[in-house]
Amino acid sequence: MAHWDVEEHIHSAMQAGWPDRIHNVFKRHGIKQVGYVADNGIARLIDLCQNDSAITGVALASEAEGAGLVLGATLGGERAALLMQSSGVGNCVNTFSILKNCAAPCVLVVSMRGEHNDFNSWQVAMGSITESVLTLCGFHCVRVDNEADVELTTDAACKMAFGGGRPQVAILLGQEMVSRTKPKGH
Amino acid sequence: MDRRAFVSRLLDNRGDLLVVASIGSPTYDVTACGDHPRNFYIWSGLGSTPTVGLGLALAQPNKRVVVVTGDGDVLMALGSLSTIGVMQPKNLIIVCLDNGHYSASGMQPSATKAGVDLADAAKACKLRVEAVTDLSGAEKLRELLHSGQGPLFIHALVDADDQPRVVPSRDGIAIKQRFMSAIGTSV
Repeated sequence: MAHWDVEEHIHSAMQAGWPDRIHNVFKRHGIKQVGYVADNGIARLIDLCQNDSAITGVALASEAEGAGLVLGATLGGERAALLMQSSGVGNCVNTFSILKNCAAPCVLVVSMRGEHNDFNSWQVAMGSITESVLTLCGFHCVRVDNEADVELTTDAACKMAFGGGRPQVAILLGQEMVSRTKPKGH
Repeated sequence: MDRRAFVSRLLDNRGDLLVVASIGSPTYDVTACGDHPRNFYIWSGLGSTPTVGLGLALAQPNKRVVVVTGDGDVLMALGSLSTIGVMQPKNLIIVCLDNGHYSASGMQPSATKAGVDLADAAKACKLRVEAVTDLSGAEKLRELLHSGQGPLFIHALVDADDQPRVVPSRDGIAIKQRFMSAIGTSV
């Protein structure tokens, strides 16, 4: 892997560093495919993955396609992660079953909606059940509400997913943290 | 066109092809040609097969990936055709066995029975399309599996019948491990 100084990168970006830290952990764990559906909260993380020549970013038409992408990547010997907002989790309930049935490792990053002063009250319906749904689907869920925890938590999640005995791990990014640190223009 | 005969012709002398088969009849069709360590059978998540093929094709750009699926699987995941169209994997071929029905689930008519055209949908999503209605075209398509440029969508109109089930292993972990051992991958 090419030299990648995340502190330098964060400094140059002059903004909140949690997306850079997650991206850096992805690189450290050799994640090669990242599937996502567009979302304001993780816009910078999506950009970092799309602009990284060592990662293939795949813009999915629906989050439901993500499980297939991850299973296919796994069969082909590439580690994969998914990025989506909490509403997208609801689109995946059945397709997540292929990951569980095959014990395919998946690191899922979820930006939460409907839990912290969301301007769109309709987001509450899915946001309030996201963690329960993921747990029922077989994911081990960890939350990050403080930026200081993001690197250690993401690293632990990757270790669990890739050989650590919990193949499907979801990292739920609290809406308060995500909205507070949105890049300008989002 | 008889689906079993068609799939059998396509997979004749299959060489190093990697084959991903969707839940339902396509899995039985592929298995009827003989179980193979380079086969991966999907037993849940209808609609997932095209993107399993995509992830595999992206991870193994020097291997040919053949998705064998049906109209029901593709209809459930029409959006995945556009995802594949954006990525343009040159080593991915989707063989859609379109019988206009959900043959493994009670033979209810699907949207293609009413005239919805999956070949047009694939073309609109920037896939190259080959249409086939009888076995005379099978040999040319078999060659395309090995050397044609993807992403390629083979739209095969097949008879609506519920053929005897030829059932491979349903142990997802075992199928996965066998497949990965066969091509030498790990994560």
